[in-house]
Amino acid sequence: MTQTQVNNPDKRMILVCCGTGCLANGSGPVYEAFCHALEGNDQFEVETFAKATGCNGLCEKGPLVKILPDDITYCHVKEEDVSEIVEQTLLKGELVNRLLYRDPATKQYYRSHHDTNFYKKQHKVALRNIGEIDPTAVQDYLDRDGYRALKKAVKTMTPGEVVEEVLKAGLRGRGGGGFPTGLKWKACASTDDPQRYVICNGDEGDPGAFMDRSILEGDPHTVIEGMIICAYAIGASAGYIYVRDEYDLAVKNLICAIEKAKKCGYLGKNILESDLSFDIEIVRGGGAFVCGEETALINSIQGNVGEPWDKYVFPTEKGLWGHPTVINNVETWANVPVIVNFGAEKFASIGTEGSKGTKVFSLVGKVVNTGLVEVPMGTTLREIIFDIGGGIQNGRKFKAVQTGGPSGGCIPENLLDLPVDFDNLSQAGSMMGSGGLIVMDDRTCMVEVARYYVNFLASESCGKCVPCREGISLLLEILTRICEGKGTMEDLDLLESMSSTIQQAALCALGRTAPNPVLSTLKYFRDEYLEHINNHRCPSGVCKDLTEFYIDPELCTGCGRCRRNCPADAITGEKKKTHVIEISKCIKCGECINNCKFQAVKVK
Amino acid sequence: MIMAVNSQQIADRQAMEKIINRYPPERRFILAIMQDLQKHLNYLPKEALKMTADHVNAPMTVIFSMATFYKAFSLVPKGRVVLKACDGTACHIKGSNVLIDEIYSCLGIKPGETTADGDFSLETVNCLGACALAPVLVANGKVYPKVTPAALRKIINEYRGQDNDSNTSE
Ligand SMILES: Cc1cc2nc3c(=O)[nH]c(=O)nc-3n(C[C@H](O)[C@H](O)[C@H](O)COP(=O)(O)O)c2cc1C
Ligand code: FES
Repeated sequence: MTQTQVNNPDKRMILVCCGTGCLANGSGPVYEAFCHALEGNDQFEVETFAKATGCNGLCEKGPLVKILPDDITYCHVKEEDVSEIVEQTLLKGELVNRLLYRDPATKQYYRSHHDTNFYKKQHKVALRNIGEIDPTAVQDYLDRDGYRALKKAVKTMTPGEVVEEVLKAGLRGRGGGGFPTGLKWKACASTDDPQRYVICNGDEGDPGAFMDRSILEGDPHTVIEGMIICAYAIGASAGYIYVRDEYDLAVKNLICAIEKAKKCGYLGKNILESDLSFDIEIVRGGGAFVCGEETALINSIQGNVGEPWDKYVFPTEKGLWGHPTVINNVETWANVPVIVNFGAEKFASIGTEGSKGTKVFSLVGKVVNTGLVEVPMGTTLREIIFDIGGGIQNGRKFKAVQTGGPSGGCIPENLLDLPVDFDNLSQAGSMMGSGGLIVMDDRTCMVEVARYYVNFLASESCGKCVPCREGISLLLEILTRICEGKGTMEDLDLLESMSSTIQQAALCALGRTAPNPVLSTLKYFRDEYLEHINNHRCPSGVCKDLTEFYIDPELCTGCGRCRRNCPADAITGEKKKTHVIEISKCIKCGECINNCKFQAVKVK
Repeated sequence: MIMAVNSQQIADRQAMEKIINRYPPERRFILAIMQDLQKHLNYLPKEALKMTADHVNAPMTVIFSMATFYKAFSLVPKGRVVLKACDGTACHIKGSNVLIDEIYSCLGIKPGETTADGDFSLETVNCLGACALAPVLVANGKVYPKVTPAALRKIINEYRGQDNDSNTSE
């Protein structure tokens, strides 16, 4: 091999991404094929082995295979490609060009994913280990500074100093609210009750985000280490990780990680020969959005129905089993070891005045590079969507980006230069939420998006308080009416007045924030509502009752793509002649408009 | 035939007992017990709820309210093939509703329903973490990426076909 070999030249690693996206794309068999090809193979000059890692973020290009220390990244790797990679790259030191990342704009090939725009603007803190380590191997975590922060805290800092450090770092909760983590810890530590608990909120209710899952699957030890550090800082004896039961792999990797942490003496009695004794138990959530709300989550752990309680008493005072409890989000926990390890100042040097550090986003929707990205707070939406995300798919036009999940809002094009942090997003009528970033183009109907979120919340409302239960149902009724073309102008007023009632009167934040998707779309995309009501037309071609597609004869080349892709055989036309859509057969699925390369399919 | 049903029932009961006895008789384990039972049986029959109630010494109303509150549980048997259409945000704006409509026109079931012959059930789920592959459909655990209406019909036929195979082999 002629190329320079970095860090560990006496070992070579093949890292196969086995995050959910890559697994769905078939990375399982790729990993097996590598294991098989390497086993007992004595042709290599250095020790070579394969590892299954967590999600690398660039799910669009999966299955991804990275080769270290050479720093080569292969995309869309199939089982059949494995022998070629072994022959060409591992044995001869040559690149397999066709598997390299190719920039969609410049058509240039990149040897390593590190050189791509997708990665260059990212700054990985919470995701620092994911994709680099085997989550089931504690040694991998230890090799990357794992449990060093815990040792530092327990051996060289007082509990009070740890709390101060987290406070100084300016870390704010990544689960949505953005409450200063240090303050929470301090409040809990200063109660009289000596029985205290630590909880990790891994319920991840946002229907469009998957960063917590990715962290739990790909780097479970960092969450565990963060929790142990907190236990030391606030004097807790037991911790719970509440994780969605559907997250099979996350549950499995957590169980394995807890066991290994126990074996190493990081969990259990007298951790690192100190007075600290702490254990962690996993609680599998039952799939209810409201259980992500901290008081509902505590109820759920106690074995009750997951209903929230009125928050005049905070969990830091009276939480789990009535004792003071610190509850933080998965991503928040993943930041804690970094703060203790490298100091509050270093951490606080990243980000904006009011929001320190980085944030992980699920950059999804109509964007070219779909996946998990982590950027410093204060990065603009434009940088995230266009530089990292590579812009809008199929050359279509950007319309809006939705942030904050069901409690968030839609942000229009003229706010794209907004630096993203907790405060800016709130000011724009949305919120940070858990970090979903859903990119929408001119084929996304904003009324229908509002309806989608309200529908989600209507079915997730726990029903305990009337404004939320009845109010959201009413919002849904009105929005459905508008989507069906039966809305009136009075409906818009009703949406607004009902929204403000719910905002003021609902018991928990689920209800109080539920009108956000409605209000933000009304604010920025009112013309779309009007188009539905007054002209019985869905300009994006989504609401079926209000949509009619047609083919523009000027633009149609007669290529036949729409005809071939139409599942209802509703399109006719001869080769190289203008095609037509037979309205009576059309099921309005939009396959024709999605597939047309010439933008010839239009919405009437 | 009747013998077979009975021995099946006995086997089910034993399996349920085994699952339940893995947990201490405390109320906080109700959720975990029911999750394991649901995984094993595909739904929660009344007997399972009763056994759980007895084990943790809670009234049936408590167990029942838990079983209906949490989305993970089903009180009726699910179909032989469980279709899970991802209706997470990314999948939604990429046309999951078109797929759900198509499933209705092919099989006559809406989310939460099962076909009369017990062959197919449809559920919607939140983001599966595979948004790059939206819209995503999961059929009996197998993930299908970027599903178009045409691909959907193929998938449904594939599983229908399997049914015939297994019928003839029985
Ligand atoms: C309806 C609702 C749903 C929520 N869902 C989640 C969730 O899925 N994950 C999460 O970490 N926090 C969620 N939260 C926020 C939690 O209540 C809580 O603020 C958070 O776990 C605290 O951790 P943090 O300070 O580290 O963000 C939700 C809040 C509400 C009102
Ligand atoms: S929204 Fe369907 S996989 Fe994420």
